[in-house]
Amino acid sequence: MKGVSAGNAVPRVDARDKVTGAARFAIDFSTAGMLHGKVVRSTRAHATIRAISKDAALAVPGVAAVVTGSDLEGLFPRFGHVVADHPILALGRVRYFGEPVALVIGTSPHAAADGGEKVEISYDDLPTVMTPHEAMADGAPLLHDEEYAQGDRSFAEARSERKLSNLAHEAILGWGDVDSAFQEAAVVVESQVHFPMLYAYAMEPYNAVAAFDDGTLEIVSTAQHPFQVRDDLARVFGLPLNRVRVRSPLLGGGYGSKSYTKVEPLAAVGAWATGQPVRVALDVEESILTTRADSATIDVRTGLDKEGRILARDFDILFNTGAYVDNGSLVLAKAVHRCMGPYRIPNLRVRGRAFYTNTVPSSSYRGFGAPQGTFAGETNLDRAADKLGLDPAEVRRRNLVRPGERHLPGKRGMDADLIADLDIVVEKLGWGQESPPGRGIGFACSASDAGAFPVSTATVRLLADGSVMVLTGSTEMGQGSRTALAQIAATELGIDLDRVRVVQSDTFGTPYERTTGASRTTTLTGLAVQRACREALRQLEEIGAELMECRIEEVKTAEGVVAGPDREIGFDVAVQDWFGGRQGEVVGHGVVRRAGELEELPPFWEIGMVGVDVSVDRDSGRVTVEHLVTVGDVGYAINPALVEGQDLGAATQGLGMALYEQLIYDGPQLVNPNIVEYRVPRMVDMPSQIDCVIVERSDGVGPYGAKGGGEGSLNPVAAAVTSAVARAIGIWPDRLPLTPEAVWELMNKREESDGDEVTDA
Amino acid sequence: MTDVTLTTQINGRPQTATIAPRLSLAEFLRDGLGLTGTKLSCEMQVCGACTVLVDGLPVSSCNYLAADVDGREVLTIEGLATGPELHPIQKAFIDKFAMQCGYCTPGFVMMTKALLDEVADPSTDEIADHFEANICRCTGYQPIVAAVREAASLIREDR
Repeated sequence: MKGVSAGNAVPRVDARDKVTGAARFAIDFSTAGMLHGKVVRSTRAHATIRAISKDAALAVPGVAAVVTGSDLEGLFPRFGHVVADHPILALGRVRYFGEPVALVIGTSPHAAADGGEKVEISYDDLPTVMTPHEAMADGAPLLHDEEYAQGDRSFAEARSERKLSNLAHEAILGWGDVDSAFQEAAVVVESQVHFPMLYAYAMEPYNAVAAFDDGTLEIVSTAQHPFQVRDDLARVFGLPLNRVRVRSPLLGGGYGSKSYTKVEPLAAVGAWATGQPVRVALDVEESILTTRADSATIDVRTGLDKEGRILARDFDILFNTGAYVDNGSLVLAKAVHRCMGPYRIPNLRVRGRAFYTNTVPSSSYRGFGAPQGTFAGETNLDRAADKLGLDPAEVRRRNLVRPGERHLPGKRGMDADLIADLDIVVEKLGWGQESPPGRGIGFACSASDAGAFPVSTATVRLLADGSVMVLTGSTEMGQGSRTALAQIAATELGIDLDRVRVVQSDTFGTPYERTTGASRTTTLTGLAVQRACREALRQLEEIGAELMECRIEEVKTAEGVVAGPDREIGFDVAVQDWFGGRQGEVVGHGVVRRAGELEELPPFWEIGMVGVDVSVDRDSGRVTVEHLVTVGDVGYAINPALVEGQDLGAATQGLGMALYEQLIYDGPQLVNPNIVEYRVPRMVDMPSQIDCVIVERSDGVGPYGAKGGGEGSLNPVAAAVTSAVARAIGIWPDRLPLTPEAVWELMNKREESDGDEVTDA
Repeated sequence: MTDVTLTTQINGRPQTATIAPRLSLAEFLRDGLGLTGTKLSCEMQVCGACTVLVDGLPVSSCNYLAADVDGREVLTIEGLATGPELHPIQKAFIDKFAMQCGYCTPGFVMMTKALLDEVADPSTDEIADHFEANICRCTGYQPIVAAVREAASLIREDR
């Protein structure tokens, strides 16, 4: 069917390759003469390096070189798109257990690993700070005592004036007079929650192959944002942007954890030191030692009148952001913008602070501050409803902003019908009926300022045989962009989907894309593709007018055909006749930038509206999710099956953070950096009933009214599960994950207190 | 340690190789034979991404020595479809959107083969039990369960 591709659940264009083993990921690329790098990591949380001896390692058969920080003379030895504080290899000092200190390069992974065991490093220990409270204490040892290069102005919200302290970033938001409003409130409900450190566990661990060829650095890696990595590498090696090629083939999962620079500089300095291609491929433990998500302690106070209208909210957010900033400051800024929920709040005060600590650096993870903030804000609102004796669904209805209404001054008005979305969730869950003993229902919502800074470009090439290539710098990491963007192009051009091929994420071959994150691709890259197609069609109309000797207004393009007043020709014939022979191509380019309907930020609000019905086993404390409901408020579903896949996948990661997942520090090192002791959801954990509802109101700025999804259905899950468990066991949990042990302890505490009401933990 | 020589069948083709004794089956398949469809992730036998069949039974090729396939038959994702036509399991995974990033997919597909070779019409509980050591981080599993059931039904119709 021509021209009706968008809106249909067509099969994924990458599915065949993925079920036959033909799909190629970064780890599947290799080059002739490729060497292998093994990272030698710090065994101290905070220390100066006294000496490194390479001799024994270099004596191992097959070891070609050992590179350390002091070998990087002449390079800019750090990376970081917001603050360039992250050394490629430790520069005289280590700031966390597991930090890269040396790179041993060998002719095989085994040789490099054997060499790695022979590198001798001696340290002088420094006092550590492991938590934000230790980091902010008077006289705390400083992790960073120098100033670093700052990123560009498009990262303004993540930048702050650095004082010499362990405060990596501070973000403030607010208006009105919060303290006076609390005085007038019928109730002021106060709670504190703790959100653990998480690991995204994208199943393909971080890896990169780097080579220098004719003065050009060529990288194939697991980067979600190849253009951002390119910029970091250009600075490291002092190269112009046209001398750094970063390619991201299919990614084996991303979820934000592969955003920005990770192992690419390690592979690149290996290639620079040896003059040969070098692969650095981490295992899962090393990947955990590369990036995690921020843990948080959040204090919330909400004042409401007796009808449940919010008068004021006050949030104090503390992030443990680890040894280096990476993207942690932006995650904090987003938490500050997302924690309060999409409510009408006359008086607001939010203070967020992220502290450097001697732990694994934290960076992006799906949801980007929203899961932490929403966990705090939504459970607090449920407690408030309890205190007022009001239905928490009704409290939300009374406070949710209406379509078009602004909940953050200066930001885009709400482009969603939140009350209608909420009603879907509570209706599906049967909210309002009495739950049997040991059962509880919870629901929660969030709105994320998604889409990031709107910069996307795309190129559409109509080839002489009528087939089409769509070039985009966005990456395919499972979300289905290769399929959805092909559907948009097929729809715009009115041709069959199988005539369209999407080529992605190569800084030499595809046009600029800021990032693949913030749920932006369908909306913003989609707009760029749509504009590129329309530009190509405009050129075809000119060509048609010339070939058919008529006015351009008389030419129409539809269903792969250029039609004039007297005759019509296919796109292929139009290209061939205009160029003369079976050659040539028509190229359309589409640009998205902060202008026009995208002047106002965010480009769209990403809605999270979810609910669960849980049962809690009295004897073991085990929580079972019986029913999960998600609402995908995506404006228009270009491919409904992909939207459902994103929503269920996101919600399942949310269930993982609610019930199972946490990285644990005991002293200076992680005790569970592996997938045995860091438990992610398995098939047996699947809820027995799942409703992924898609609502389409064409209220987004993207193609056909689309707006992004993929994070929304994760963001409120932890809050919803927590409230459901609280209603099942009669006591409010204040921390995640809700493991059987944690819930069992809460139930015992509840029995000891013997209270009738739902109480504080 | 001295290298060892092994004789095996990989996806129906005889194969003789001299390898380091510590080489894992996954390394042998991926680096030695270029069969990169088999994926490595946890390397602790809990995620299932590296699953291949040895004499019809599923093994984690990350922790299985290549030397131990001497005299045995190995089936990998590349050998599942015997011609241009996809295997019913592969068709079902496509049809049910049972993959997103696709990194775990070869492991799930091979585990499905092992299951359906034994049980023609598995229940949802049997499926969940069987996939206890396969992790998918993208889909939330429901589409995979649907694909396994669809594959079972396609294979039964074929018989």
